[in-house]
Amino acid sequence: MKIGQIFKDGLWQQNTGLVVLLGLCPLLAVSNTVVNALGLGLATTLTLVISNLSVSLARGLLRPEIRIPAYVMIIASVVTVIQLLMQAWFHDLYRVLGIFIPLIVTNCAIIGRAEAFASRNSPWPSAIDGLATGLGFCLALVALGAMREIIGRGTLMSQAGLMFGKLGESLELTLIPNHPGFLLAILPPGAFIALGLLIAGRNWLDAKRSGGKAQLAENTGKEPGMESPA
Amino acid sequence: MKKILRSAATLGLVAILGTSLLAGVDRLTASRIAEQEKRVILEQLGQIIPDHYDNPLLQDRISFQDEQHFPNGQTVTAYRARQQEEPLAIVMKFQAVNGYNGNITLLAGINFDGSLRGVRVISHKETPGLGDGIETGKSDWILNFAGKTLQDPEPQKWAVRRDGGVFDQFTGATITPRAIVDAVFQALRFFESNREFLFEEPPEIAEGTAP
Repeated sequence: MKIGQIFKDGLWQQNTGLVVLLGLCPLLAVSNTVVNALGLGLATTLTLVISNLSVSLARGLLRPEIRIPAYVMIIASVVTVIQLLMQAWFHDLYRVLGIFIPLIVTNCAIIGRAEAFASRNSPWPSAIDGLATGLGFCLALVALGAMREIIGRGTLMSQAGLMFGKLGESLELTLIPNHPGFLLAILPPGAFIALGLLIAGRNWLDAKRSGGKAQLAENTGKEPGMESPA
Repeated sequence: MKKILRSAATLGLVAILGTSLLAGVDRLTASRIAEQEKRVILEQLGQIIPDHYDNPLLQDRISFQDEQHFPNGQTVTAYRARQQEEPLAIVMKFQAVNGYNGNITLLAGINFDGSLRGVRVISHKETPGLGDGIETGKSDWILNFAGKTLQDPEPQKWAVRRDGGVFDQFTGATITPRAIVDAVFQALRFFESNREFLFEEPPEIAEGTAP
C-alpha cells in the first residue's frame, strides 16, 4: 500500500474520530481545550505508532486464537510506558489529563488498527499507518477542542505552558475579552453537538469535492469513505 | 495439545517482554516522578505556608483519621512548619465531602494561634463555569478565608450568605461554596481541640516523598 494512501485514509477517508467513530469517549471528554486535546492526541498517536509496529513485528509469532490477548498486553504495556514518561517529563499536563492517559488502553481505535492493519502488513507501513491514524484522531480532537474552547471560554491555547513551558505561555490567546463563559460548550453535551457539526462539515466537504459520487452513494445508501469496517 | 502449549508459551513470552519493559521504564523514571510529585506538593504548600520555616516540611508530616470532623473515612495529612523547633503553622490536606460532584480536596493552612493562613483547592469535579470559582485562577473567592478564625466570624456565621453566613456563594452554585465553608470550619474546630496532638505527634517515617 502506498504511503500517500495510508495518510489519506488516516487523516481523512477513514478518520478515526470523524468517520469510523472509534475512541469517542476520550474524544468527547478531553476536548474541552486545545491543549488538553493536543496532549491526549499526541499520546494516542505515539501509542498507535509503537503498538502497530510491535504488533506487526510479532505478527508471524501470534497464532490467531491468542492474537487479541497479545494485542491487549502489547497496547497496555505501551500505554503504561507513555504514562510513566509523561509523569516524569510533562507532570503538570499529566495531572490535567489524569485518568484519560491510562484509558488510552481502552481506545478501540488502537486495537482496531492492530487487527485491521498491523497484523497483515510489514512493520514500516504499519508504523506509518499508526502515525496517520493517530494524527487523524489528534486533528479531530484539536478541531473539537478549538471549537469548544473559543465558544465556551473565549480563549485559544490557554494553559499552553503545561505543554511547551515558558515558550507556550506566549501562545495563549484571548480571542473574546471578558467572555462570560458559555457553559454548554464546555460541558459534555456541547462535545456531542460540536462533534456532530464537525462530522457534518466533513461529510459536506466530501460531498462537495466528489459531487456526482456523493449522489450515487446516497442512492445506494453507502457513504463515501465508509467502504471497509475498521 | 502441542498447539495449545505453544500458544500459551507465546502469550507468556509477550507477558514477560511487556513486564520487563515496564520494570525497566519504571526504574528509569521513578526518581524523576518522585521529584516531580515533591515539587507539586511544595508548590501547593508554598501558596499558604510562611516561607520562614526551617524544618523539612515534607518529612514533618502526620496522617490521621477523625470521622467527626473529616467524614467518610478519609485520611488527613498534616504538614507542620516550624522555626527553631517552635511551631509556626500547619497545613492540612483533607476533603470536603458534600460537593456538588464528588469530593473536593482542600489544603488549609492554620497558624499556631488558630487563625487561617489560607485555603486552596487541590482537585475537584465541580461544574465548569459555575462551581469552579473556587479555583484561584477563576476567582478570588477562596482567598477570603485568610485571617478568619473560629471567633471571627462567630460560629453561626460560618456559612454562605444564603444560609445567613458571611461567605459569598456563586450565581447558580451554592452547594460548592457551602461544602468548602463547612469543611474548613470543621478543620478549624479539629485544630482547636487537637492542637497539641497536631504539633507534638512525632512525624511518620517518610520513605521517599509524601503521597
